[in-house]
Amino acid sequence: MTKKTLCLASLPAPVLIAMLLLFPGSRKLTASDRPPSANAEVKIDNFVFGPQTISVPVGATVTWTNHDDIPHTSVSTEGVFKSKVLDTDEKFSYTFTKAGTYSYYCTIHPKMTGQVIVQ
Amino acid sequence: MPDKKQDLIDQKLQDLNNDGVDRRGFLKCMAWAGTGLVWTMSGGIPVSRAFAKSADRHAAKGADFTFVQISDSHIGFSKPANPDVTATLQTAINKINALPQKPDFIIHTGDLSQLSKPSEFDTLDQVLKGASAKQTYFVPGEHDMLSDNGEQFLQRYGKGTKGSGWYSFDQKGVHFVGLVNVANLKAGGMGSLGHEQLEWLEDDLKGRSTSTPIVLFAHIPLWTIYAEWGWGTDDSEQALAYVKRFGSVTVLNGHIHQIMQKIEGKVSFHTAMSTAFPQPAPGTAPSAGPMKVPADKLQQVLGITDVNYVVSGRSLAIVDSPLANAGAANSENGDGPEHG
Repeated sequence: MTKKTLCLASLPAPVLIAMLLLFPGSRKLTASDRPPSANAEVKIDNFVFGPQTISVPVGATVTWTNHDDIPHTSVSTEGVFKSKVLDTDEKFSYTFTKAGTYSYYCTIHPKMTGQVIVQ
Repeated sequence: MPDKKQDLIDQKLQDLNNDGVDRRGFLKCMAWAGTGLVWTMSGGIPVSRAFAKSADRHAAKGADFTFVQISDSHIGFSKPANPDVTATLQTAINKINALPQKPDFIIHTGDLSQLSKPSEFDTLDQVLKGASAKQTYFVPGEHDMLSDNGEQFLQRYGKGTKGSGWYSFDQKGVHFVGLVNVANLKAGGMGSLGHEQLEWLEDDLKGRSTSTPIVLFAHIPLWTIYAEWGWGTDDSEQALAYVKRFGSVTVLNGHIHQIMQKIEGKVSFHTAMSTAFPQPAPGTAPSAGPMKVPADKLQQVLGITDVNYVVSGRSLAIVDSPLANAGAANSENGDGPEHG
């Protein structure tokens, strides 16, 4: 194995335990984990969802953030998800567990529409 | 000379009334007049003249009753476009209280609040208590229907109304109808009245004499001003078909935070300024969001709408007044000639 492993092995047990406590996340990094890019961001800017259409894998979490001075919502037209009213800088997240195309809109300004494609 | 300028404006509008088509030119003139415009509906024929201080007094004098429209108070909004919307609403109320004729009532065409919060409605109520007119009629804006489908709004301001808050009432021979076009909005659409409300409207107007002046008021414009920004109502055509037979119809709206007027046959459309913050002219900005203007200019783009009604001519005269007039340097010998 690597030099790093050898170095760790040579460390006293209390130090190793302390390191594990400090960096618990490092233990979870395995090949089966999703890359962080699976999650997606939708920015609400100037009364527009951007990007208007996003494609994400099954299991991805999409987060909407309102950057306008006016409140908006992100609500599925099929009733799948429904954010609360998002004031400036407020966020809403939803995790998509099933493949499909999800249309949504702002119930306050219905001209604002968007789509999440889950593959 | 102010009189000369006034004559020029009168002349120009007279010309427009004669041909009745140059609305683009008319809107320019309206912008130039700055302080507002008087609309007189007389037997269904619109007659307009520019509004000056003397015209204001004249219009109010002899009116059988007057009412004031205010709109888009957005209590709770605190962004740079106007960090103190309660203060500007207060200024609007002061302006109403200073009118030469005490208005019979106030109509608020929606967006009382920014986020439908009880505290925001409380503040609005508190400020309105100071108005000389004790009665205020409300219709909700989309900001008043957040989270709870308008439950809170209906409890406070919609007692005795139908559906999501529509109703009608009569005042000295004029029939007023408050409509709600901000409920159950469909994805991709604009404002919506809905089937149930349209049926009610048809029924409400049935049997009324065609000589009855009608005033429709609702939050989102009942005519399409700019579809891209949702500035219109998808099913307003149907509502307008029901009022077609009447000799004088006035439609008062808010939502777009600026004055827009249009006349179609016997129907006169009018949108009011906000008491909170201005919004850009259609298509002149990336979005319809709040427009930041220099602090000393803010009160020139906020305002109230004073409507005078004269029974004898069955006419309504509409006067828009900003909270503060532009400085003398702007209003005297201004850029008028370029519109000539």
